[in-house]
Amino acid sequence: MAGLASLTAHELGARYRDGTATPTQAVTECLARIEALDPQVRAFLTVTGEDARRRAALADARFRAGTPYGPLDGVPMAVKDLLCTRGIRTTCGSKILEGFVPPYDATVVARLFAAGAVLLGKLNMDEFAMGSSTENSGFFTTCNPWDLARVPGGSSGGASAVVAADMAPLTLGTDTGGSIRQPAAFSGVVGLKPTYGRVSRYGAIAFASSLDQIGPFARDAEDAALMLGTIAGADPMDSTAIDVPVPDYRATLGQGIDRLRLGVPAEYFTDGMDPEVEQAVRAAIATLEKLGARTEPVSMPHTEYGLAAYYVIAPAEASSNLARYDGVKYGLRATGARDLIDMYSKTRAAGFGNEVKRRVMLGTYVLSAGYYDAYYGQAQKVRTLVRRDFDRAFEKVDLLVAPTTPGVAFKMGEKADPLQMYLNDIFTVPVSLAGLPGVSIPGGFTQAGLPIGLQLIGRAFDEATLLRAAHAYQSVTDWHTRRPALQTGTADRTPR
Amino acid sequence: MAGPGPRISPGDVEHVARLARLDLSAAEKERMRTELDGILAYIDKLRALDTRDVPPTSHAVPVTNVMREDEEWPSLPQEEMLANAPDRHRDLFRVPKIIEE
Repeated sequence: MAGLASLTAHELGARYRDGTATPTQAVTECLARIEALDPQVRAFLTVTGEDARRRAALADARFRAGTPYGPLDGVPMAVKDLLCTRGIRTTCGSKILEGFVPPYDATVVARLFAAGAVLLGKLNMDEFAMGSSTENSGFFTTCNPWDLARVPGGSSGGASAVVAADMAPLTLGTDTGGSIRQPAAFSGVVGLKPTYGRVSRYGAIAFASSLDQIGPFARDAEDAALMLGTIAGADPMDSTAIDVPVPDYRATLGQGIDRLRLGVPAEYFTDGMDPEVEQAVRAAIATLEKLGARTEPVSMPHTEYGLAAYYVIAPAEASSNLARYDGVKYGLRATGARDLIDMYSKTRAAGFGNEVKRRVMLGTYVLSAGYYDAYYGQAQKVRTLVRRDFDRAFEKVDLLVAPTTPGVAFKMGEKADPLQMYLNDIFTVPVSLAGLPGVSIPGGFTQAGLPIGLQLIGRAFDEATLLRAAHAYQSVTDWHTRRPALQTGTADRTPR
Repeated sequence: MAGPGPRISPGDVEHVARLARLDLSAAEKERMRTELDGILAYIDKLRALDTRDVPPTSHAVPVTNVMREDEEWPSLPQEEMLANAPDRHRDLFRVPKIIEE
């Protein structure tokens, strides 16, 4: 029994308002569950119990006085360790930032605090968000709550696992090429990547600046709507956070999807995909049709080129963004260097893991003299072609529906070849290149009991329609209410 | 399309590692060469597309410069900015010597 820890944020809010539970009770139960289960799941890099109890007590007082801040007041949550938290260690999953304590909060964290939300801790991830499994974390691998021998997805795998394991109703992750949607699919939860520019990136440690976006993990569309509404909107600290109105996402959730036009992209159903995933997604499309949506096939001919373009553009941007880790102002510094450049090179060699080194090398290579036009220039042009595929599709339809990933959660160590790991992202990367919003929602389970993700893709800044369709689907299905059978106190059988 | 043979030589790896300020071991360099070669072979599929009349996309959403009023804002306190320094000397970040004697 997970008790209050198993409730959604909107259910907790209702209990706080009618006086049948308090923020302190919910936070205490979440912390107890983290203590009992996280030795198996290993989702947290840092647990901030003392700070959480302090914030919960403040929320208790606001409810007692009848003056709560809003729907997230007193709601326990946790954030990916890529988001800066003032006074709380922030590692980005990297040894190079092991001791880094930021002097400020990321805008999204500040907005959650201002809404009264209670931070439980910082979540594991692939180092610098480069990966699809958390196996690239500089510290340890998070386990999938549905099968502890499998990965939870990545890079925001800690954030998806915590929601799946009922350790918190809400978390924040980041998505550059699929790092919210893919772990949401693998962990059986809702994961929303907002439109590029919808959410401020101030205080988010940069990976690929033209692609990175912060978004929520939740157990249902309503909670995702609450979280997005809290973090979205322009910010004087991020010029790419675009000043467009943030609608009340929850207000339109229940409007249904009658006559909504859904496009089914033929290129997202490939020969190599898991037949159980295809079956589940086809069944989900039929369910959406029963709810009144009209589906039609669409063609997105450049889909197969998206991944190749992404693996030029993202590493190129990363190689530039990660130049700041030089052992001077913060983080690790290697000793015994001959001179300044030797210190940089030794520090970066000691502090970065294999995948980060690989991407920094790849990015540096594609930007280097003689290769720039052939790789980086060509990839940017292909990015335009991928975008145009979406533009054409959205002339005819309101939403696209597709699988989130070609397969389900894989076993730890199963994808040792970097390219095999990258191929996980084929259905999420094109959406990122086009800057569009996408959500993965639970869309079924395999015979073996592993979650399957259904991906909905919307027009730029139209998260409201995504959430409305997700909510309609969840009103007639129960995949999102299923929980993994985790035993507290069982012997640890996970690899270390 | 690229012809047979490796796309990236040991010399390329050496050069790129120097540009990227990564002090790689000999074993890392060799593994990096093989892995990058495999990834670049996959990326080569981009060359199959005719992009002569296609403009590049650097940002998916049109990004314009955003200006604010030229007002004084408080900066983060110097002490907090220095608190994470791996090697500090008074109010300075100390680094190994840059200029040969």
